Amino acid sequence: MVVRLALLGVGAVGRGIIHAVAEKNLGLIITAVADSRSGCIDPNGLNLKELLDRKEKIGICGDTSINAEAIVQTAPYDILVEITPTDARKGEPATSYIKEALKRGCHVVTSNKGPVALHYHELFTLALKNNVQFRFEATVAGAIPILQTLMHNLGGNEIQSLYGVLNGTCNYILTRMAEEKLTYKQALDEARTLGYAEADPTYDVKGIDAAIKLVILANTIWKKNVSLDDVDVTGIDLLTEEALRLAEQQDATIRLIGEIIPEDNVYRLCPRIIPKEHPLVVQGSLNAIIVRTDLAGDLLFVGKGAGSLETASAVIGDILSIRDMDAGGN
Amino acid sequence: MKLELHDSPGQLVAALMPISDMGGNIKTVIHEHEHTSGKDVLSVEVVIEIPPELLDGLIVRLRERGINVLRLGEERMSYRQSVILIGHLVHTDLGDTIDRIDKTGFAEVTYMSLAMPAINERTSAQFVIKSLTREHMQQALHILRQVAKQKEFLLIEPLEI
Repeated sequence: MVVRLALLGVGAVGRGIIHAVAEKNLGLIITAVADSRSGCIDPNGLNLKELLDRKEKIGICGDTSINAEAIVQTAPYDILVEITPTDARKGEPATSYIKEALKRGCHVVTSNKGPVALHYHELFTLALKNNVQFRFEATVAGAIPILQTLMHNLGGNEIQSLYGVLNGTCNYILTRMAEEKLTYKQALDEARTLGYAEADPTYDVKGIDAAIKLVILANTIWKKNVSLDDVDVTGIDLLTEEALRLAEQQDATIRLIGEIIPEDNVYRLCPRIIPKEHPLVVQGSLNAIIVRTDLAGDLLFVGKGAGSLETASAVIGDILSIRDMDAGGN
Repeated sequence: MKLELHDSPGQLVAALMPISDMGGNIKTVIHEHEHTSGKDVLSVEVVIEIPPELLDGLIVRLRERGINVLRLGEERMSYRQSVILIGHLVHTDLGDTIDRIDKTGFAEVTYMSLAMPAINERTSAQFVIKSLTREHMQQALHILRQVAKQKEFLLIEPLEI
């Protein structure tokens, strides 16, 4: 059985997914695609090469009379793949699209943190009611399959606590400040030049991005009802190079660490002094997570937390997992 | 503390009982046979953890049992942590910041290293704090968090996992 995808968002991640579907023989076809200004639909499967060429040449993927809303409501698809940019405060219009698709009885896979951080319980209930899947592996730690692992592979374990480096931009800046004795501003400028930081880096350096990931983890893994306001957040933007040198004197460094201890209601993201040889001290833009469990003990995950192919990897993983569940009659 | 007790059966237990009765934690007991001052007297060194306010009462109870306290050790703070503070530390009464920890009686700032890049720029400082127990350290860090909030410092705590 061929699974039909409708794709919202044709940025770097979207193009990564289109390439994978076109080249990898995954048993998937894409029946509808929308970018911010246009859309295209073909119930038999779009010609993906033509679509990518069009996007590259004229900047839009299809017909300007077709928009994302029309695709969500009317196009034929089994899974809505929602990969538009995150709006962390309102989660729109992504949340509306996701709700509409779930109500139609379609599965949803998203990389968009806004809807999951703000409306997880509502969306989960809606998916359950309509007997479909709602997946969002790409929202936390990019390529690292942390959500599915904690929810399924470690089922039966009590997850007692989680500590993690969840923002590659901050980790890159801190790595460079420590290794090359750069000032915060120099390291940030370098991260911008290399594309690790946005032109407006506030969302990353003030810790908002990583804090949203803690919210998603708290609400999905531990079924809490936590919002961004419940997380004790301190970013890295006020760190000094002297602080890193003081840490160095004790053979330690400073990393931005997210911490969840559900039993004590601890949801905290702040710079911490950490021994250099600690497993959470990863280099550059990597992410790392340690979870403490009652049966499996401590587990360490390290990998790329951002990047178009890495995010596409997580999204495709969710899509194929849904395909396999459907094939198994679930 | 170093104790002097009669070298007869039951004396050591008699010496240790009041310590545990008062909630103290006996960490080690070292007999020092070679240094005994007389034939029937035994010198014993015990390392204990006990809240400082109970120490005087303990000494009284030991003496009531005929046990002499020869010496009290200085190293009573055994738990150590290092934190970094960033902000206008000097102009917000550095002495007061340190004193907030020291006056608890259960924790002390025992070392400080300051880096002041220029006038009007924020100072970065490393504080080494010692405390009687891990719980006391948590309380000391809690106090420091409040100070940091009040004086607008960035407090960087160690990660312990």
